[in-house]
Amino acid sequence: MNEHIVKAYEDELNMLTAECARMGGLTEAAVADALEAVVRRDQQMADSVVARDERLDALQADIERKAIRMIALRQPLANDLRRTVAAMKIANNLERVGDLGKNIAKRTIVIIDSDPMVPLTRSIERMGRLVVTRLKEVLDAYTASDLERAMSVWSRDDEVDEHYNSLFRELLTYMMGDPRTITACAHLLFVAKNLERIGDHATNIAEIIHYEITGDEAIATARPKTDALQRP
Amino acid sequence: MTPLSNLGASLKMTAQRDDALASAGTNRATAGKVSATEVSVFYGDKQALFDVSLDMPDRMVTALIGPSGCGKSTFLRCINRMNDTIPGARVDGKIILDGEDINDRKVDPVLLRARVGMVFQKPNPFPKSIFENVAYGPRIHGFADNKTELADIVESSLKRAGLWKEVADRLQAPGTSLSGGQQQRLVIARAIAVSPEVILMDEPCSALDPIATAKIEELIDDLRSQYCIVIVTHSMAQAARVSQRTAFFHMGAVVEAGATDEIFTNPRDTRTQDYITGRFG
Repeated sequence: MNEHIVKAYEDELNMLTAECARMGGLTEAAVADALEAVVRRDQQMADSVVARDERLDALQADIERKAIRMIALRQPLANDLRRTVAAMKIANNLERVGDLGKNIAKRTIVIIDSDPMVPLTRSIERMGRLVVTRLKEVLDAYTASDLERAMSVWSRDDEVDEHYNSLFRELLTYMMGDPRTITACAHLLFVAKNLERIGDHATNIAEIIHYEITGDEAIATARPKTDALQRP
Repeated sequence: MTPLSNLGASLKMTAQRDDALASAGTNRATAGKVSATEVSVFYGDKQALFDVSLDMPDRMVTALIGPSGCGKSTFLRCINRMNDTIPGARVDGKIILDGEDINDRKVDPVLLRARVGMVFQKPNPFPKSIFENVAYGPRIHGFADNKTELADIVESSLKRAGLWKEVADRLQAPGTSLSGGQQQRLVIARAIAVSPEVILMDEPCSALDPIATAKIEELIDDLRSQYCIVIVTHSMAQAARVSQRTAFFHMGAVVEAGATDEIFTNPRDTRTQDYITGRFG
């Protein structure tokens, strides 16, 4: 790709993408730490995830402000326009992911003293690792403008859904078996749901990358979908 | 009757027929009101256009964009045979207006230029009154049978050009006494007074401030429902705002043409992309 004739424009665009990538790194770490916190019942870690969310909110606001400024002052077109809009949309998705991570951490704090449910925790951990990997892969794809990598994340969207559905059944079994676990299980159900939604955001980001690189927005309707409600 | 007024009478009939067609809701073909096929232009030994093929649909604005010297103005001037007036200029290829080859020997360029009006970068009102600027064309083409008819044409043209309210009380003032933006609208009123079918605009806003520009753009959008408009502009934002179709010219050839929103969000050719995003090509 050729460089812009106006150098400051080039720099601003690069800065926007870089800031979005940096926010991605922080979000990914927050989710990984939230998972770690819930798996190890680690209060300190959970507290730290909750505290770090503010930073993500600030970054999202900053990226949005920069993108709007870019649209007003530089009137980006074609791939520049897609890049600007993509940064803004990805930052929005990351901010939501950050909130979901924070919510996982908060639920960890609530259930910290309940009995450990080892097999269940292992299932959460497996699902969580898958989600964190997907998030990492899609953010790497964003940084590297790697369409193929983004699409590989996109096409494996249903793996997370399958994990979620099986966790859902597992949690029901626990709750039916011992009603004293209901409080903790209900929280873990939300944890699983949050992880599933983080997975959806990773898929969204893959679609945004696809739009940024190809200009084609039709892909959003073509995704393979597993519906939790259709497969009890 | 003089030959000139004969010409005017036939013109008037054409205009009326078209109006009747339009009011009857008849759909004129949307593809290619003006259709260029493999148009090449030579100025002496120098070739300025290379096999340009482009359809300009009726009731749409087609924007021609591209760097200086890319041939977009040369192409625009082919559509009303303005290149005829340049010594040593030669045009090859076909330009069809409503099924008729405009370079055919039978076509009178004067009559053609009434059907294909043109607006230039710098407003060029005649050194006459506002009224006379607009009345001139209809009068020489014999469009009006009496003074009342002529006054009606002037009023309706000024109204369609969005200038009437500003000049109604001073129609006898010189056209040159108006502001730049008003002059440009006066020139547009002059062009539409002879009921053209196609309006060509060569950077009509490049000498205007943003408010005057917005007024012209609003006018273009308004005129679009009746005419085939082709506009040359250096402002990407303007092309994006006013046109439905965009053609990117580069080094005398059309690199890419298509729906404006496609060209500006997702151009297919890297040369188009580099140009509209301001990169080194």
